Amino acid sequence: MKEKAKLLDKDAIARILMRIAHEILEKNKGTQDLCLIGIRNRGAYLAKRLGDCIEAIDKATVPVGVLDITLYRDDLTLIAQQPLVHKTEIGFDITGKNIVLVDDVFYTGRTVRAALDALVDLGRPKSIQLAVFVDRGHRELPVRADYVGKNVPTSQKETVEVRLAEVDGCDEVVIVEKD
Amino acid sequence: MPGAWTKKDLLGLDDLNKEEIELILSTAESFKEVSTREIKKVPALRGKTVVNLFYEPSTRTRVSFEIAAKRLSADVINIASETSSVRKGETLIDTGKNIEALKVDIIVIRHNYSGAAAMLARNVHASVINAGDGWHEHPTQALLDMFTLKEKLGRIEGLNVSIVGDIAHSRVARSNIWGLTKLGANVTVCAPKMLIPPAIGQMRVKVTSDIDEALADADAVNVLRMQFERDAQNAFPQQLEYFRHFGITKERLQKAKKGIIVMHPGPLNRGIEISSEIADGPNSVILEQVTNGIAVRMAALFLAAQANENISHENTD
Repeated sequence: MKEKAKLLDKDAIARILMRIAHEILEKNKGTQDLCLIGIRNRGAYLAKRLGDCIEAIDKATVPVGVLDITLYRDDLTLIAQQPLVHKTEIGFDITGKNIVLVDDVFYTGRTVRAALDALVDLGRPKSIQLAVFVDRGHRELPVRADYVGKNVPTSQKETVEVRLAEVDGCDEVVIVEKD
Repeated sequence: MPGAWTKKDLLGLDDLNKEEIELILSTAESFKEVSTREIKKVPALRGKTVVNLFYEPSTRTRVSFEIAAKRLSADVINIASETSSVRKGETLIDTGKNIEALKVDIIVIRHNYSGAAAMLARNVHASVINAGDGWHEHPTQALLDMFTLKEKLGRIEGLNVSIVGDIAHSRVARSNIWGLTKLGANVTVCAPKMLIPPAIGQMRVKVTSDIDEALADADAVNVLRMQFERDAQNAFPQQLEYFRHFGITKERLQKAKKGIIVMHPGPLNRGIEISSEIADGPNSVILEQVTNGIAVRMAALFLAAQANENISHENTD
C-alpha cells in the first residue's frame, strides 16, 4: 500500500460536514422526524459529528444510531479476513422516521444495499436518504447518494481512506494505491 | 483484541485458546441484540441447513439451538435417535455421512458417548457443534455461563467461581473449568468425595467438600443438577441428605458475598441442589442464562459456518 495523495485535511473535513448538515436541514425542512444512522465503522463517527453540526445550526438534538451490516453482507465468503460482528445500536424506533444513512466511502453500493435490508428489518421508516463523505464511483448496483462530501474519481487499483481522529488519531482523506 | 475463527467445528473448550473463547463471547454480545428486535431474524445463514442430531433426550438445548439457527435464517431439521435408523443399528459415522449426503452444512450433536462429536467431525465435511458428549464437554453451556458472568460482573479474569454438584459426571463442569481457567478465573469445585473425579488434580482448580468454604469468597456459584437418572443414585442415595449438606439455601448464601451470582444449567431439582427461594431470588440469573444461550449458540453456528466456507473455498482453489 502506497499513499498517493492527501485529498482533505482536518479543516476541509469539518467544513464539508457542516455543509452536509445544512443540506440535510434544507432538504428535510428542519429536524422533525429526522434521525442519523451511521454504518460501522467510520460512518458511525461521521453520523455523530453530523448530529453535532445539526445541533449547532438548529439547536435541536437529532437521534443518532449505529448500524452493523456484517450479517447482511453478500460477500462474507469472499473476504479473506472474516469481519467481526459488532453490535447494532439504535436506541429509538425508526418507524415513521426520515433516516439519513451515513457512510464514509461510497463505492460499489453493496454496503448500502446491505444497510437498506438491515434497516427494513428494524422497522418501516418514512424515508431513507444517503449521505456519503467520499463518492469514488464504480457502482455495481443502482443506488445513488443524496448528499456527497466530495467526488473523487479513482481507478479500481486505488482505495480511498477516510481517517478520523476517533479511530485513526487524525482527520484526513487520502488515496492509496494497492500493491 | 479477539483473534479470527478458523475451526470448522466447535467440539469443546479444551481445544480452544483464550482468544477464540473471547471471540465467541464478543460475537454473542452482538447477536444478543437481534433477539430484542420485533423481527428477530438476520439473514447471515440464509440457505444453510442445520441438523440437530440428538441421541439423548434434551428439550432446552435442542430448542435453544433451533431458535438460534432460525434467527440466523438457517433451515433446521431435528433428528432424535428414538425415531431414527439408529434404532435399526446404523453407526454414528454412517448416520453422519447420510446427513451430509443431504447437503447439510452444520450438524449439532448430543450423544451419550464422550468423544462422539469429535469422531463425527473427523468423518464429515460439515461443521459439527458439540451439544454435549457423555461426561466430556458441553461447550455452549459453559460459554453461555461465562457470557452471563461477564455480563453481570463485567469481567471473568480474577473472579472466584465455585462449581457445586456432581463434578464426576458433569460435562458442564468440565467445559466450565477449561473455559474459566483459560480466561483467568479462580475455580473451586465442591462435591461429596464420591462425586469428585480422581483426575481432578490435573485441572487447575481448588477442591473441597465443604459447601461453606466453597461459597465463602465466591463471586458466583454454578449449581449443577444432581443427575439421578445417571449414576448419582449410587453415590448419594438420599436426595434430602444431599440437600442438607450441599443444597444452596438462603442460610448458606447469607454467609457468602452480598452480590453473589447463582447459576444453574437446568433443569432444576428444587429442594435437592437448590432451594426455591434461591432459584427464584434476586441472586439467581438462571433464566437470563437461558436467554443468553441463544446469543451464544448463534455466535457458534455463525463462526463455524463461516470458517467452514473459507476452508472449502481454499480446497477448491
